[in-house]
Amino acid sequence: MEELFWWIIFPYICGTVLIVATFYRFVFRGKSWTAPSTEIFSRKWLRIASVVFHYGIIFAFIGHVMGMLIPKGFYDSIGVDEHTYHVFAIAGGGVAGLMVVFGLVVMLIRKFSLPRVRTHTSFGDYFTIVLLLLVAGMGTYMTLIYNTTVVSYEYRVSIGPWFRSLFTFNPLSELMLGVPTLFKVHVILAFLLFAAIPFTRLVHMFSFPLRYPTRAPQQYRSRDRYNKNRDNTQ
Amino acid sequence: MRIKAQVAMVMHLDKCIGCHTCSVTCKNVWTNRPGTEYVWFNNVETRPGPGYPKEWENTDRYKGGWVLRNGQLHLRAGGPLSKLANIFYNPNMADLDDFYEPWTYDFQNLHKRGKGDSLPVARPKSMITGQYMDKPEWGPNWDDDLAGGSETVPMDPNVRKLQEHIAMEYEKTFMMYLPRICEHCLNPSCVASCPSGALYKREEDGIVLVDQDACRGWRFCMNGCPYHKVYYNWNTHKAEKCNFCYPRTEAGLPTICSETCVGRIRYIGVVLYDADRVKDAASVKDPKELYEAQLSVFLDPFDPEVIEKAEEQGINHSWIQSAQESPIYKMALKWKIALPLHPEYRTLPMVWYVPPLSPIMNHITNEHELSADGYIPAVDQMRIPMEYLASILAADDTKVIRRVLLKMAAMRVHMRSKTVGGFDEMKLNKLIKEAETSAEELEDMARLLGVAKYNERFVIPTGRREMKEDLHYKQGACSIEDLAPPEGMATYPFERSDAQ
Repeated sequence: MEELFWWIIFPYICGTVLIVATFYRFVFRGKSWTAPSTEIFSRKWLRIASVVFHYGIIFAFIGHVMGMLIPKGFYDSIGVDEHTYHVFAIAGGGVAGLMVVFGLVVMLIRKFSLPRVRTHTSFGDYFTIVLLLLVAGMGTYMTLIYNTTVVSYEYRVSIGPWFRSLFTFNPLSELMLGVPTLFKVHVILAFLLFAAIPFTRLVHMFSFPLRYPTRAPQQYRSRDRYNKNRDNTQ
Repeated sequence: MRIKAQVAMVMHLDKCIGCHTCSVTCKNVWTNRPGTEYVWFNNVETRPGPGYPKEWENTDRYKGGWVLRNGQLHLRAGGPLSKLANIFYNPNMADLDDFYEPWTYDFQNLHKRGKGDSLPVARPKSMITGQYMDKPEWGPNWDDDLAGGSETVPMDPNVRKLQEHIAMEYEKTFMMYLPRICEHCLNPSCVASCPSGALYKREEDGIVLVDQDACRGWRFCMNGCPYHKVYYNWNTHKAEKCNFCYPRTEAGLPTICSETCVGRIRYIGVVLYDADRVKDAASVKDPKELYEAQLSVFLDPFDPEVIEKAEEQGINHSWIQSAQESPIYKMALKWKIALPLHPEYRTLPMVWYVPPLSPIMNHITNEHELSADGYIPAVDQMRIPMEYLASILAADDTKVIRRVLLKMAAMRVHMRSKTVGGFDEMKLNKLIKEAETSAEELEDMARLLGVAKYNERFVIPTGRREMKEDLHYKQGACSIEDLAPPEGMATYPFERSDAQ
């Protein structure tokens, strides 16, 4: 029963919250949708914290796509054996994880120690950073220490297929039975983080301006047309 | 030819007395909210001085505006790809230390403190942290009227460029006020800097605005604007800027800063320009040619061909008529006495300045003895103010400043000779000729600069609401139409049939 909750019910609750609340916030609370930067208060330590963290988490995201979403069969078919995969995963994932953890720690120190920033840090901001720190810290520990000292755990035959099975609405919860506790907690906290996205500053990740390089530099908008689009009486 | 109309402003700096009424009314209307305490859409700076934010003209530091590379316009701070790579931290933006940390005073202490040996004081309290501040070290107009001049004047990027040292003795120094709002540029670099496409230029009147729904707070506009006139609201985490009081201008009223200007230094009007020529004008090679290039973008509102094309493109008659009566057209294009602020930023700014003659006239001690042509060497000798003005208004081209100042001096002398007399006609003609002007032009100028009334200073057509197709429907309709159907709408047809 417990397994049923953690590996089927909980992930779907978190996924539903993520999707529904994100749409709700975008549509009905659109003006709160920003990247709430504190750079205006002080630029101290931000360069190192923010840049290292963000690049780290992008690398970590790519790593998770490679580990969770791409099936093991694909690597086998292109001739990447288990050992090679794990060497790259541990090296790449380790660097990314350390970047994320380092960035988060500096961010947290910055939030505590600069009075202007501290005044304008909400519970949600601390919650986000601490949760991210827990998830990333565990992930980095698993990658760098657990994998190299205890056992090089092959998550691509258990967590990976289970995670993919969530998307086909045919969850294979039995795959999660033999997974080490550390990995289980990492997964659960990660889902909690997904559910927290729409309620925190994390929403800005969905607004990465990918269209910017292809759009015209100068933007003109017509007042009349703009009003017309907003006007639903017509 | 893509004709667009632009609402523009001219400020006559000779008339600015530095009273900050414009700043205060603007602040009361637009930025007296949490998150915008440090924001002044309109501010008045004493020059020479560091300005607001400190050293905003230091483009090496803030990297605002455009640069020309291989004949192509590029954002100085980097194009879209470099911005996306740097999106997690903007290395060039100004922070609160460059503006100032806003504060209030603990006035309650004056009421609440009990009896004591000393007088109660109201200590300064930060509006960002809510903590007491022992000693505010920088604030709005901290350097007003050259206060702390020997320390603040060298912070002025224009001063650093000058060959000669600016004297700090009161008798020898010079000073002027520079009121600044958003320039509502024809080639705005803030718009091009915005990754979200939230900043835009309105097609109808050229006002540059921030779409608060689309802004994601990436902050590249803050330093992308070389004038530093886009601000970050730390409360909403979105950009805000001067909106040329569009709710007022749409109703045909001047902006609040202009309305309340004590010295009546501000003029508002419409100019027509060809949007297809903007890019080429901003891309001329020599920065000193940018002023002329910008002038070439504008269209003659009296030209029948221009009128015909403008009407074809949906600019209606009242706007064309306003463009013909525009004080901006007269000052910036016809008489060429108003100059754009820092044309070298290549943004084609649309708030123009008539350079002040007063720093020069203040040095003429015996003006009543001066002959008419004596003004020519008087203008030429004032090298530092001339070079300084050229650095601000003419991309270091002192010839442009000299021509305008001579014209202003000629106007002064001509009007004095007309009303008081006592000038040698020949010498006056020499001055008028040197200033490349005529007696009629000088009299027209004197009228607009000196005695023009409200309706001549502000020629603003109302927003083009008449182009809305549903105007007939809107007539008498309720403004909350979207939310609730108009009262009686459902019963109206029955009532009418009953009456018949």
